[in-house]
Amino acid sequence: MGILKNIFRRAAAVQSLPAGSLTVDRHGAIITCTVSSAYPQSLLATIGHAVVTLLREARTAQMPLSEISLHFGSLHITARELRGGAVIFLLPQTALASTPKTIRP
Amino acid sequence: MNHSHKILLLDDDTDWLALCRDLLSALPSQPELLTTTTAKRALSLLETESVRLLVCDLKMPRMDGLQMLSIVRRRFPDVRTVVLSGMDDEDYRSRAYALGVDLFWPKSEMQRDVNQFNECLESLLGREGETGFRGVQSKSLLDIIQMECLSASSTVLRIQRGPLAAKLWIQEGELTDAEIDGVRGEPALQRILAWKTGSFENLPPEPGRERTIHKSVNALLLESAQTFDEAANLNLTGSADADDSARHQRTMWKLSQLTRESAEFVIAIPPVGQGDPDALGTQNSAEFSQWATHAEKMARELGDRLGAGPLLYISGQGLERKVILMPRGGKIFLTGWPVDADDNMAEKTKKISAAWES
Repeated sequence: MGILKNIFRRAAAVQSLPAGSLTVDRHGAIITCTVSSAYPQSLLATIGHAVVTLLREARTAQMPLSEISLHFGSLHITARELRGGAVIFLLPQTALASTPKTIRP
Repeated sequence: MNHSHKILLLDDDTDWLALCRDLLSALPSQPELLTTTTAKRALSLLETESVRLLVCDLKMPRMDGLQMLSIVRRRFPDVRTVVLSGMDDEDYRSRAYALGVDLFWPKSEMQRDVNQFNECLESLLGREGETGFRGVQSKSLLDIIQMECLSASSTVLRIQRGPLAAKLWIQEGELTDAEIDGVRGEPALQRILAWKTGSFENLPPEPGRERTIHKSVNALLLESAQTFDEAANLNLTGSADADDSARHQRTMWKLSQLTRESAEFVIAIPPVGQGDPDALGTQNSAEFSQWATHAEKMARELGDRLGAGPLLYISGQGLERKVILMPRGGKIFLTGWPVDADDNMAEKTKKISAAWES
């Protein structure tokens, strides 16, 4: 049985959405993270980089933002500017979910 | 016809779903068929997939079809809905139509006449670009009002066009009041009559409603038709004066929307290569547009990589203002708000963008 498992092992077809928080520095590099270690680090790095870029470009466009939220159909990403970097909250959304829609201070 | 339409089938009976899938695969437009057995999963699919038509059963565990339809009606007003139920009961039929479903079809009749059912679905799928009001396709709002008044009925017509909602009060065949976005009377009526598409429902009459319209229905409709003709002629002549006048009117209309919703600025950014951004209320439209275009592209790509569904909107807050970035109808809308604005900015941005395009 073990042999068969090894031969036919395959990755899960559906990737779960990330839930938790992370802090990133001004370059988007992850400093701390509470998201499950099963979630690909490369995708978390992409999120961190995108958020820091959005905040930096908003500053350049004369529209400095201290907080930004990206609302997708099934995931909310809320980020607060933190000394050039950011603290990022990842909130998966389901149709009837009881998860919070926003982060309150 | 668009071949990428998606139909979502919701029924707790998996055998019936399989049968439906087989029957609907014969539709000439070859739509993509999605199936699910729970309302919860159906709502998730509606969030993440651009579903054109929902075919829904009524009797289901946990959340029944009527509950589901009322949620869909509220959260996804553009999705066409069809009820396919084993309960061919007049009460259920009335309740379903009262919720604004496009079609109620008993399962037994569907099995008897699949071709007719498929024709109805095909017709619903193909109505995207047509004018007319849901329930009375190919009839304008003028026709609907005339029908109500000629029958000397008393009712309140609630008309919905995307996020915009309006009401018309008809009392014993007389049009007595109209309201949209806090505007009442004839100005409101003229604005409502300009709508070419939407959905409407009849609400119980309100005989105590204060009358603000005193002209006869025919006079009002004639005036309105005359205004439309004049506007069409202005467009045909294409003179500089006419263009200026039309542009001025459009700007005033947009400005009034901006003020009504208490927004600071609006920028409507068309797709690259299809014109310049249209901005009101800000001097920094070039910088803001550039940021918005790049932010929308970056967020969309991020959403695709994460499998997080479509980008609904981006909200931001700074010391000076709050902003909402929302892709709608091929354009990107960036709206600015005071820092003390409430949490309804996304809904208000939807209203502004709808008014912008109307």
